[in-house]
Amino acid sequence: MSVAPLVVALVQVAVAVVFAPLVIGVTRQTRARLEGRVGPGVLQPARDLRKLLAKTPLRAAGTSPLTVVAPVVLLASSLLLAALVPLVAALPLALVPGDLFVVVSVLLVGTVAIALLGLDAGSAFGGMGSSRHMTIAALVEPTVLVAVYALSIPAGSSALPLIVAARRDHPASIATPAGVLAVVALAIVVLAETGRLPIDNPATHLELTMIHEAMVLETSARDLAWVDLASWLRLSVLLGLVGNLLLPWGVAGTAAVGPVLLGALALAGKLAVLAVLLATAEVGMAKLRLFRVPELLAGSFVLAFLAVTASYLVA
Amino acid sequence: MTAPRPSGPAGSSSASPLSSSQAVSRDALPARVEALLADGHRLALAAGHDDGPAGFRVVYVFAHPGTDRRTELTVAVPRDDAWVPSLSTVSFPAGRFERAVRDGFGIEPRDHVRPRRLIRHAHWPTGWYPMRRDAAVDPAFGPDESGFAFVPVEGQGVYEIPVGPVHAGMIEPGHFRFSVVGETIVRMKARLWFVHRGLEKHLQGRTPDEALPLTERISGDTAVGHALTFAMAVEDALGVPVAEEDRLVRALLLELERLHCHTADLGAMANDVGLGILQTHALRLRESLLRSNAAVTGHRLLRGGIGIGGARIRALPDLDIVRSVAAEVAELVRIALDGSVLVDRFTGTAVLHREAAAEMGVLGYVARASGLDVDARRDHPFVDLGPAFRTCTAQEGDVMARFRVRADELQVSAALVADLVARLDGGLGTGRTWSGPGVAAGGRSDEPHQDLGGTPVASGLALVEAWRGTACHRVELDAAGRLTRAAIVDPSFFTWPALPVALADTIVPDFPLANKSFNQSYAGNDL
Repeated sequence: MSVAPLVVALVQVAVAVVFAPLVIGVTRQTRARLEGRVGPGVLQPARDLRKLLAKTPLRAAGTSPLTVVAPVVLLASSLLLAALVPLVAALPLALVPGDLFVVVSVLLVGTVAIALLGLDAGSAFGGMGSSRHMTIAALVEPTVLVAVYALSIPAGSSALPLIVAARRDHPASIATPAGVLAVVALAIVVLAETGRLPIDNPATHLELTMIHEAMVLETSARDLAWVDLASWLRLSVLLGLVGNLLLPWGVAGTAAVGPVLLGALALAGKLAVLAVLLATAEVGMAKLRLFRVPELLAGSFVLAFLAVTASYLVA
Repeated sequence: MTAPRPSGPAGSSSASPLSSSQAVSRDALPARVEALLADGHRLALAAGHDDGPAGFRVVYVFAHPGTDRRTELTVAVPRDDAWVPSLSTVSFPAGRFERAVRDGFGIEPRDHVRPRRLIRHAHWPTGWYPMRRDAAVDPAFGPDESGFAFVPVEGQGVYEIPVGPVHAGMIEPGHFRFSVVGETIVRMKARLWFVHRGLEKHLQGRTPDEALPLTERISGDTAVGHALTFAMAVEDALGVPVAEEDRLVRALLLELERLHCHTADLGAMANDVGLGILQTHALRLRESLLRSNAAVTGHRLLRGGIGIGGARIRALPDLDIVRSVAAEVAELVRIALDGSVLVDRFTGTAVLHREAAAEMGVLGYVARASGLDVDARRDHPFVDLGPAFRTCTAQEGDVMARFRVRADELQVSAALVADLVARLDGGLGTGRTWSGPGVAAGGRSDEPHQDLGGTPVASGLALVEAWRGTACHRVELDAAGRLTRAAIVDPSFFTWPALPVALADTIVPDFPLANKSFNQSYAGNDL
């Protein structure tokens, strides 16, 4: 096996790290503009990150080493996710299979790390956020599994790079009922997984309503920078995955410089469009009552399940 | 039906023929109060008074909404035997007033059902009663040793969430302790009284003119409401007549205040369910109202328009602004109610039932959203508002009802503003102000606290529908025209305790929304 896929994976990670703050910047800026505000510009999250990285973390008294480790674990899981998911190129890694089970497990490692981080400081808000986060995770992960499974049937493989490659080579499979249902289900759980409206409000200051933000209330400086970057990476990678499943064109098929550059450009375009769409949709959206969230996620599971059924009927 | 007052220090010279004042013995008080309440009266105020060597006095003020009749019961309390019979089993608000009187004056409510501290946090010195005449102005505060008596809730899966008193947003300080199972609130206890400024004491010894600017700052968003209530109480005490034009200007200012407050609240409630864009627009609309206000009185929050004995504004509000804001708010409300998620979040959330609201004496839009048709503009009018005025009520008592009642009231206020401007016909108020003996005798005193020993010769009372509900002030003045006592009741004092009641079976993430739908004042409550 050549090292080319490994190099491409590293490029992909680098691209994702650069794009992640920009994706957040674009969503915030879009929202600001749509609400009639000037907005801080798309570079603000990157500036925030730089500021946080220069600061010494303040950790609550009585916290365990987990508070130090969890942000790093979370970031590592997000970076690994960026390497495994086909963003710039659809080249399967020989080292780690970009298999759907692996991807879901990597997601879950990050989920557990941040939930433990929320619990570690012992504040009521952190525990509350962690409990809500785990409830949602328990509903999200099965949907991810089932949705990707539905997409894997026409491709004949459960590896994400191969699924994307198959869709690129056979565009007819994108517009099938199974394909559409699965991608819609996936899009809903991506919103849940990354703490966006209508499941969680990333812009709120009301501690009692928070999910993601509640878990990181006690986190500061460098720790917070890692947590933020990891969360932004998750959003960007998952958005990129949805984008590549919907529009698989431009994803590099070989490790040559040209296609990879093109792939990065295509990814930038898709992420920009999706980020603007996400922010636009959020402006007109209210946050669901917490007890309605399971209903929404159950709905997305049903869509994913129907997608599986449909793929078998077609196949 | 003014009863003769044989020896009471506060000889009433009240201007209103509808008020009566009676001295009642401590033993006779409960039966008398029960009779008044059974007759449809509402307890508007209960306040302690320190008459120096003559002893203490507790004044209970009852208002009758149907007839605008006001009845004062005065109970003399000896200094060395300072107690009153508790009315806490008869009236819930009376029980709270008694605790406030106890904390301020050391007058013990005998047989109170819940005799806990109210305004005094535990770090206040024991035996130090701030409202007494001889109270040291600057006592030595100790550490808060008592903790705070939260009712412990036990059982499997019950945990506590402490929130505040410092919050993440621009919110006044209040500590909330939730006992929660899963996400459902079993019990919530609010600890307020973090913003005690000693306002009532600050007012003592000042002339009404000196005191008026302070009353505009009782609760920042109720500048007109409290200033007007205070001015009317002083006018009631001194029998100062107010010209029709000035009364119209006052009504106009009151409605302008209601407009900008309701606009902000409607947006804030939408923001609490994640619809930030509605708040952005509500704040934009509020800003245009505030700028219009600045042209009206010279102050964005309408300070400076009310005077003792009159009112004077710089300009009438631009009706085009008021009309367009009202139309735009109506559109915002329509957009909000078109969103099924928002409707789902609002409907059935934090229900305050009519019976509970009535029992606790809840006021303002909270009461009206629970089906209680209370509004001092109709019950205790100071000017005829004409056909444009109606009270807005709803029956459900949930967040949605409080949202809708605000939206309706805002439209009524806008119509009232238009009507009042037309009736004023260019008039800006006479600007006539009463100049009392205190002012005539040499103007401002540098040391308003120097003379707190004046003997009250006149007392007056006023009830005004401020934007949050009925505000009530009762003042006593001495022969020199200085305040010997001003008792202030913000509607929040009545409505705050209803919030925990409404939270039964509400889930934790809905609390901020429920709280915002009540939006009670912390500062007005604490004084």
